[in-house]
Amino acid sequence: MSMIRFIFRRILYSVFVLLGLSIVIFIIARIMPGDPARMSVGARAPQWVVDRIREQMHLNEPLVMQYFYWVSDAAQGDFGLSLITQRQVTDDIKEFLPASIELAFYAALIASTLGIGLGILSARYKDTWVDNLGRIISYAGVVTPSYIFAILFILLFGFALKWFPVIGRLSDDVVTPRIITGLVSIDALIQGQFHTFLDSIWHIALPALALAMGSIAQAARITRSSMADNMNKDYIAAARALGIKEREIMGRFLLKPSLIPTISILGLDIASILSVAFLVESIFNWPGLARYGMNAMLYKDLNAISAVILVFGAAFALMNIIVDIIIAQLDPRIRLRSSRSD
Amino acid sequence: MEVQNSNMMKTSHLTREQIKQLARTSRREELGRNWYKFSRNPLSVIGLIVIIIIILAAIFAPQVSPYPKHAGPFTDFAHAKIAPNSTYLFGTDQIGRDILSRIIFGMRSSLLMGVVVLALVVPPGVLLGLISGYFNGTWIDTVIMRITDIFLSVPALMLALAFASVLKPNLWNSMLAVSLMWWPWYTRLVYGLATTLRNEYFVSAAEVTGASTAHILFREILPNTLSPILTKMSIDIAWVIIIGSMLSFVGLGVQPPEPSLGTMIADGADYLPDQWWIVVFPALAIVVIVLGFNLIGDGVRDMFGGEEN
Repeated sequence: MSMIRFIFRRILYSVFVLLGLSIVIFIIARIMPGDPARMSVGARAPQWVVDRIREQMHLNEPLVMQYFYWVSDAAQGDFGLSLITQRQVTDDIKEFLPASIELAFYAALIASTLGIGLGILSARYKDTWVDNLGRIISYAGVVTPSYIFAILFILLFGFALKWFPVIGRLSDDVVTPRIITGLVSIDALIQGQFHTFLDSIWHIALPALALAMGSIAQAARITRSSMADNMNKDYIAAARALGIKEREIMGRFLLKPSLIPTISILGLDIASILSVAFLVESIFNWPGLARYGMNAMLYKDLNAISAVILVFGAAFALMNIIVDIIIAQLDPRIRLRSSRSD
Repeated sequence: MEVQNSNMMKTSHLTREQIKQLARTSRREELGRNWYKFSRNPLSVIGLIVIIIIILAAIFAPQVSPYPKHAGPFTDFAHAKIAPNSTYLFGTDQIGRDILSRIIFGMRSSLLMGVVVLALVVPPGVLLGLISGYFNGTWIDTVIMRITDIFLSVPALMLALAFASVLKPNLWNSMLAVSLMWWPWYTRLVYGLATTLRNEYFVSAAEVTGASTAHILFREILPNTLSPILTKMSIDIAWVIIIGSMLSFVGLGVQPPEPSLGTMIADGADYLPDQWWIVVFPALAIVVIVLGFNLIGDGVRDMFGGEEN
């Protein structure tokens, strides 16, 4: 019961934050010089068309009313037309978002497995060459932006070694599976096209790894240091004294509490992977939302920009809630505190 | 700070000049102690040296770069896409400009971006954090921290991109865009520190003696938040440089023909893999700058006795 209440409160808070974000976006959109109605029809359109559009966009009303019209439309999933594609922005998002989610999903998968794995290894073999190697990898990951990793990976694994393709979601001779979720690899798996599934994984590996590098580094660093901290705690010494096997101590007693800081950082990292994907998607020619948003920004396509940012904001908020729930599950203290405060 | 004050009180029979002298030596001693802690890690010193070299190169870019003219509107198609050699150490780009020279000039705007953004961001961010931390639990705290939450609810890069996209694309507007999205981090950091500090006895003592709010905020609380702020700044400068390079990569930062590392990488990516040097050297330049600042950041953290992570 307390868990449901906890989740409910987190959701309520996120709605509040998203409303605030929508105000910020609205202000940003209105800062732009020029008449939004004129911009949406172009310089050649006659004045009466512009006037009619002004009427439609509620531009003749006070700013506060404009905001309410805009935000209530947005809440119903109506962001207006995109200037570039001349389609409903919502349709564009539906088309491009799955590719971004797929990329972020695999990046998250790589980041958490490799990051936590590397962290555990470094903690287990502390102050040996394994630890030092881990330290170098995490340092490189922290100081190198993901788009630079993308370029280096393309050069090394794509062109020099020719291990991975450098463009697109599938090979030319592979038929795109029927769209169910929009995530090509998952769609292929559902329909039992194993070859297509492998091909899509092969294509997504490099961009996902490039995106994950920073988070791998973060996760490894934090896992290592929190495991090293907990290693010196009394309850671990007690477990050792009781003669419990080292393997079991690591896996059962040490790992769980040590993962809490890692998960909270990883969650935020993964949410921001979506935004950094901007550059990586454009380097790999990945047909995702980030690339769509980037074009929108270059052509000052306001409806699309606002929608993309709100979608990212919502994704970020959702990730935060998920992370909070996972941590509450892992850490009984937080669970108890949240139920006691009610 | 507190220690110094009590020292002065004890020595109140000394002359004004002697007190000043004492303060000066203790400050010098502190500086020496800090340098000792910083330099204990040789990597921090290496980082410092690298960054000093980069800063000097950026300041004296017209003197040290081999072809200063190549940083402007310059074309030489006869020498385009030349691989690195002794004349062009890092090769030339698609229109025949020396890449090394452009990197040196590009570092100028990167460093400028880092410094200007932090200068714009830290004072208001810290001020808001101090105020909301000191007035913890009042409506002032609620308003400031909820606004902070909204800005932190989306990755800074997203909002900075959106904001930069509605402005005219140039270096100064990209700095403005990043600044507008960056202050909440300092507000949140200082807020966390100030909420605990405001319950300390020295703050209560100041309140009891009737010190003004400004005195409590700036003379009592602020000095005790400086080391985390400085540590964060030394690491943030690298982040700002990365975000700046991303903005210019997208085309929302420095405009051509003026060189910037982000634009060089974006343009060079079209010439992979045959003319790899067009993109690889600017990319490495960013990595070196960021690495340098990160190493310094680690040193600063050691200096203030912070823990790892």
